[in-house]
Amino acid sequence: GAARGAVRAGMRGGMGAGMRVRAGVRLGVVAALLCALRAGADGTELTFELPDSARQCFHQELQRGLKFTLDYQVISGGHYDVDCYVEDPSGRTIYRETKKQYDSFQHLTELQGVYTFCFSNEFSTFSHKTVYFDFQVGDEPPILPDMSNRVTALTQMESACVTIHEALNTVIDSQTHYRLREAQDRSRAEDLNGRVSYWSVGETLILFVVSIGQVMLLKSFFTEKRPGSSGTST
Amino acid sequence: LALYFHSGEREEKCIIEDIPSDTLVIGEYKVQRWDIHKQDFLESAPGLGMFVTVTTPFDEILLSKLYGPQGRFSFTSYLSGEHTICLQSNSTRFVAFAGSKLRIHLDIRVGEHFLDESVLQAKDKVNEVNFRLEHLIEQIHHIAKEQNYEREREEKFRKTSEETNSNILWWAIVQTLILISIGIWQIKSLRDFFISKKLV
Repeated sequence: GAARGAVRAGMRGGMGAGMRVRAGVRLGVVAALLCALRAGADGTELTFELPDSARQCFHQELQRGLKFTLDYQVISGGHYDVDCYVEDPSGRTIYRETKKQYDSFQHLTELQGVYTFCFSNEFSTFSHKTVYFDFQVGDEPPILPDMSNRVTALTQMESACVTIHEALNTVIDSQTHYRLREAQDRSRAEDLNGRVSYWSVGETLILFVVSIGQVMLLKSFFTEKRPGSSGTST
Repeated sequence: LALYFHSGEREEKCIIEDIPSDTLVIGEYKVQRWDIHKQDFLESAPGLGMFVTVTTPFDEILLSKLYGPQGRFSFTSYLSGEHTICLQSNSTRFVAFAGSKLRIHLDIRVGEHFLDESVLQAKDKVNEVNFRLEHLIEQIHHIAKEQNYEREREEKFRKTSEETNSNILWWAIVQTLILISIGIWQIKSLRDFFISKKLV
């Protein structure tokens, strides 16, 4: 909302006139550019724990004609999978996947209203999952291409700022992606380690119990329990 | 505050944030209560507050405060790891109130301080670039911190994998030895037993 307002003000000012307006225009334009790049793409990313046999839904009110992206990933728990579905305001399911580890879903909204997306762990009876999702609402692709024609000259500083900001956003997104994959892999490695330890100890115990038991059992076959008469054949 | 979700009156909802140390996290929320008579969520429920509890990875309480129906909280982590942000309403109504639920709007921002547009427009041009540069520098610091944290975690990951590897190897050897020695013991024990029973 704020981004679009600032852009429109900038454009109107640029259409015309005087020197006095220039500074204000440039301010508005740079603000709008930097806004559009990061906050005009508005979004939420959350990590939460989904208990077993539970479902968690999130809702967001959206205008029509907006493009939104839902990325989600299961970081830990069970088989690292979750069900996910997205519904539009009319209740129609626009996306449904079961037992997915990670996925990315994009959609252009056709209706205005409340969009719902839910994560379900109802198929699991004892493992609770840690789910990460990133819901980004983006405007139409940033207006940067047109703007560079209209604006007379962004100083080198300003354009450098814009470039750096874009690059840093890419770095942050990439970092988040790697952080999640690392968290998932580490969770699996820790599970594996635990399982190996438990299994080894268990197997050793079973080994002892079975082998000693075998010998005892065999001995007991040849040992009579009746007191008095001595055991074997004469 | 765009995204919202529903929760029970006394239910605690938690969000996990895996963050490096010295990171500022700012959270904003708004809570609405379901009104049975109007069949809608009330805009602001008087007296309704939310307990916000932030826990460090080692289960120490970093922040525990009661805020109103709409609030903004922030904390700075001094340890790296998974911090838990929990929200629970202070509603004293009994759960017997069937159909009562809360709508919680939530927005959590980690690391960077987002641009304050009003401040931006008030400043003159030189300061504006200055402001942008400060914001960029903050972003870069945040990235560097995250990378350090990532290095720590990767090391932990590698240690776990190597431990698993040596665990498997060691146990395999030990179990083979146990197997062999128990086999020998079994045969010896049985042989002695049968000899004593004059069967052999």
